Amino acid sequence: MYSLRGRRFGALLIAATLALTACGSKTGENDSSSSGAVADTSGDTVKVGLLNSLSGTMAISEVTVRDSIKLAVEEINAAGGVLGKKLEPISEDGASDWPTFAEKAEKLIKEDRVAAVFGCWTSASRKAVKPVFEENKALLFYPVQYEGLEQSPYIFYTGATTNQQIVPGLDYLKSQGKTSVYLVGSDYVFPRTANKIIKAYAAANGMTILGEDYAPLGSTEFGTIVNKVKASKASAVFNTLNGDSNVAFFKEYKSAGLTAASMPVVSVSIAEEEVKSIGTQYLADQLTAWNYYQTTPGAANDKFVKAYKAKYGADKPTSDPMEAAYVSVYLWKAMVEKAGAFDVAKVKAASDGVTFEAPEGTVTIDGATQHIYKTARIGKVGGDGLITEVWNSGSPVKPDPYLKGYTWATGLS
Amino acid sequence: MTVIVSQLFTGVSIGAVLLLIALGLSLTFGQMGVINMAHGEFIMAGAYTVYVLQKVITGAGWSLLIALPIAFAVAGAMGVLLEFLLIRRLYARPLDTLLVTWGVSLILQQAARDIFGAPNVQTKAPDALTGNVRITDDLVLSNNRLFILGLAGLAVVALTLVLRFTSLGRRIRAVVQNRDLAAVSGIPTGRVDRLTFFIGSGLAGVAGVALTLLGPIGPTMGTNVIIDAFLVVVAGGIGHLKGSVIVAFALGTLQSLIEYSTTVSVAKVLVFVAIVAFLQWRPQGLFTLRTRSMA
Repeated sequence: MYSLRGRRFGALLIAATLALTACGSKTGENDSSSSGAVADTSGDTVKVGLLNSLSGTMAISEVTVRDSIKLAVEEINAAGGVLGKKLEPISEDGASDWPTFAEKAEKLIKEDRVAAVFGCWTSASRKAVKPVFEENKALLFYPVQYEGLEQSPYIFYTGATTNQQIVPGLDYLKSQGKTSVYLVGSDYVFPRTANKIIKAYAAANGMTILGEDYAPLGSTEFGTIVNKVKASKASAVFNTLNGDSNVAFFKEYKSAGLTAASMPVVSVSIAEEEVKSIGTQYLADQLTAWNYYQTTPGAANDKFVKAYKAKYGADKPTSDPMEAAYVSVYLWKAMVEKAGAFDVAKVKAASDGVTFEAPEGTVTIDGATQHIYKTARIGKVGGDGLITEVWNSGSPVKPDPYLKGYTWATGLS
Repeated sequence: MTVIVSQLFTGVSIGAVLLLIALGLSLTFGQMGVINMAHGEFIMAGAYTVYVLQKVITGAGWSLLIALPIAFAVAGAMGVLLEFLLIRRLYARPLDTLLVTWGVSLILQQAARDIFGAPNVQTKAPDALTGNVRITDDLVLSNNRLFILGLAGLAVVALTLVLRFTSLGRRIRAVVQNRDLAAVSGIPTGRVDRLTFFIGSGLAGVAGVALTLLGPIGPTMGTNVIIDAFLVVVAGGIGHLKGSVIVAFALGTLQSLIEYSTTVSVAKVLVFVAIVAFLQWRPQGLFTLRTRSMA
């Protein structure tokens, strides 16, 4: 009799596990009314979509991006709107779940009939919504640094591509004599592609890659990975972890006795907001590669930082993805005004050469790639939680998403 | 060599975390015969207790120590409430209990989201726990993991003492082994059930405090660990402390040793495969409860 009971428990357990997994992965139903949804610009207001993870493991980062998009929308409305129409932001929660992103993107485009969507953070979420935007001929502004090797006609990339962030980061490590590197990343498309690029760079530039490890997104168990990093005796770590796995990783890193002096970590997804929540005691003097820091000098940045703090609180830092998101709304406005219409095809045609005095400095859209010219900056985390620049590229770097200008990168795409 | 030693230490400390999260579950599982799906949310409640306390008490060391008993009480009280309001009406209806506790788990997650906000939060670890014990240059044992190991050890010893040597412990064991016989022998099973739930859920609260030392606190942290806790309890044998302890450390060590030579994902898969194979061989878990009941 006992085995029967045992078997029933087993069945219950399996049912429970299935239920738990199932609730994490609902897929959107597919009512594909084939024609592209047209944005509704008939009224006094124009709707714009905000698509960010407001819950789940990515919320730590994406909520701040949503906040700065809202700030830009408010500023634009206060100054009279776009082509005389006020913007009406519609915010949706992608919930750190890629199918949800696709579902919400479809809702914004088809039901709300927005003129443009701003948002997404992880490349996995961008890849999930890309077909939705392409099929509906709608515009997405993607504000986060990413792995490159992509150029959708319906996405504008206002964050850095690899040659504006990762390659300068590697150049910096090389110039510091840190030539043996360990790669740690989250297990999804951005870190894997970024590391492929890093390995190609290393092979051509006399650097050695001592190891490569991926943790599932949201993972908080880094004991073994840190042991491996430590045993490798690398001179630096290149970190492409995303979300709050970084919290667990840096806690473990410090506990293992590793420091910025003994083995610096270059991170490409840790900005001021993440520094604050990970805790400065774990990150002191570690390096980051970005295009903007709160400390970046200039009148445009002073104005941005002041406006952000006035709206969201004096203790809220500003960061690179927030800045890129803020800039993306203004760039869209400039494109619409240049085109004289909200029509997606006309806006796209008007994009080349549109500039904006951004907090990071003047940014210009490269119409051919739909990326923007950005200055690369390496920074060091200070005790106050802010990041100060230790190196910059001098002038804005032309975006090269497919790394065509680099001989070592042939065969990557 | 040092690599193996430091990996063993990592494995043992993963095992300690598993043990802490599974210990309370094993107790309530033994008593009600079904997994309490809301156990993970009691862990979350314990973790948020630290977060709330740190708003009041700024010293990270004190707030952590004070959080231990408070988290035990908070999670324990939630457990008693769950038992009193819902579960006691559903004994002998395992499937219903499972669904009800799962529903409660979803409600608690949403409640946490509404109270504390959807983004995960962090707590400050006391300075004493961010350091490490240096044995050689390559072999350092981190203080927070040593602390968790100690905490798990303490919890096991305390629970063993209670179960083996107190009259409450005897009653709990009696109810687990045969509820009806215990009842006719004059044991107030209702009260024993509530106390069992208090202790089991309280231990989840303590586990929650320990988890704040390792990672972020969020509404879904419970669901992230509950499956691991299931595995430990099921593979260890229902209502068996000894089984849970052995399985927790075995799984932790297995995970960390495989992970060192492969990757995180491969290690997870192999551990799952190992458990499935083990349950094929011993579907009742490592240890079986010998009873004369006809169930």
